Amino acid sequence: MKILVAVKRVVDYNIKVRIKADGSDVDIAGVKMGINPFDENAIEEALRLKEKGSASEVVVVSIGSAANQDVLRHALAMGADRAILLETDANVQPLGVAKLLKAMIEREQPQLIMLGKQAIDDDAGQAGQMLAALLDYPQGTFASTVQIEDDEIVVTREVDGGTETLALTLPAVITADLRLNEPRFVKLPNLMMARKKPIETINASEFGIDLKPRLNLLKVSEPPARKAGIKVGSVEELINKLRAHEGMQL
Amino acid sequence: MTILILAEHDGQQLSPAVQQAVTAAQLWNAPTHVLVAGQGTESIAKQAASLAGVEKVIHANAAHLAHALAEDIAKVILTISAEYQVILAAHSSFSRNVLPRVAALLDVAMISDVLEITADNTYVRSIYAGNILTTVQSSDAVQVLTIHSSNFSATDLGGTSEIVNIETPAAFGKSRWLSEVRSQSDRPALSSAKVVISGGRSLGSAEKFEQVLSPLATKLGAALGATRAAVDAGFAPNDIQVGQTGIVVAPELYIAVGVSGAVQHTYGMKDSRIVVAINQDPDAPIFQVADYGLVADLFIAIPALTAAIQ
Repeated sequence: MKILVAVKRVVDYNIKVRIKADGSDVDIAGVKMGINPFDENAIEEALRLKEKGSASEVVVVSIGSAANQDVLRHALAMGADRAILLETDANVQPLGVAKLLKAMIEREQPQLIMLGKQAIDDDAGQAGQMLAALLDYPQGTFASTVQIEDDEIVVTREVDGGTETLALTLPAVITADLRLNEPRFVKLPNLMMARKKPIETINASEFGIDLKPRLNLLKVSEPPARKAGIKVGSVEELINKLRAHEGMQL
Repeated sequence: MTILILAEHDGQQLSPAVQQAVTAAQLWNAPTHVLVAGQGTESIAKQAASLAGVEKVIHANAAHLAHALAEDIAKVILTISAEYQVILAAHSSFSRNVLPRVAALLDVAMISDVLEITADNTYVRSIYAGNILTTVQSSDAVQVLTIHSSNFSATDLGGTSEIVNIETPAAFGKSRWLSEVRSQSDRPALSSAKVVISGGRSLGSAEKFEQVLSPLATKLGAALGATRAAVDAGFAPNDIQVGQTGIVVAPELYIAVGVSGAVQHTYGMKDSRIVVAINQDPDAPIFQVADYGLVADLFIAIPALTAAIQ
């Protein structure tokens, strides 16, 4: 069984992103980039399924500029077998991502497709579900455990108020939550070896898919800050303030 | 034009967030319909029909809708979607699962977790874990979106709209529900509790988390929340995580205990009326968003607070 994992290159999660002076967009020039953390969970789980004998090949795909080679190399260093870059300089929104991935899936014919549940830059959380819809595949979003059982994948999903377990007929789309696993550390020798592995590059425009953004960005801004209040010196003072100033019945 | 609200429910009760979705829909100033899909959900359809501002309730009642599988709910919406120019729901794990699927099948973008709706299909939403707001305008013929419920007031009861039962399309058939685990708790639901007490990694263990915070929560009738760090460390279950990737709360009183105040977390609680922070580190960012900050050892302060409350 082949697994295809889609990965996005995003601003490193430790970086506080700034806004361009004219408020037209975020300013990410020269900022440290990395693999979307949820996508790293997806790669890790695909590798574990292969190590358990449930899968035979793990293929990673990323969409973006040539700079995306770094996240693909990271995936190769983790243990992925092949990497494909769908090269484009366009800002591809989730629906466009889903359409491009669908085209790749028609070519690669994987039985399982894994993605992170959301990207930490746009926080949309849509690509996996959109891809499943376009393929008419079942979906297991926000996965915290997965297991292959014959022609099905059993997935436990993290939902509001608890968890839910579903059995999906393969082929299926899974989106990974952080608690699916703890991604492995990439060892330096593996990273060196990954540098020598080829990355197949396909010009995204070859698919003839309309990638024009459906949402036009008008501006970006800082969120209104909640103002800091006062420091109290003791538990008694805290309770007195809440009773006297806030009318709390404590 | 007409608006469709996808209603969330638990098989017994309509989610209170539907009332906020109705308020959001009213910004288009157009007839609003509510879709209730499930099995044996007649009473929930009636609850939806009693919301002010709702013109019609569409009720899809079938055995295969009992567990609200995304594939099946999306199929129901697709059978009626031609009538609607806006399809919206309150942002939750349910709508996040279903609506992107609907949007893709309609070949339109989706706008997730909308904070503010302005004229001409223009929306404000946050990116980068709440660090930045973006204003986007959709050029699609159908608007599919989820709203950040705490930013919208709840519509009143007192409506009397008609309920229309519709034919339900056949089951998708490639997704089977096996089981669920609902967190059992005597405490109020986190998303609607009047008082929320959240614990961070400083609690140190699952035992301490329970030992220190439970008595205070019981006395205050509060729901318990946790930071992602506390959840990842195994101190608290994932479904009580407050923040960007967890649950967003806006209670009357929010007490952050040993919480550092990462933006990821504060995104999920910054609409609370009063925020109290108790942390040993005077420089913890949580104090920047707290109305009342107490620099203290939580293992001493929380029992003292619990004892002092009547």
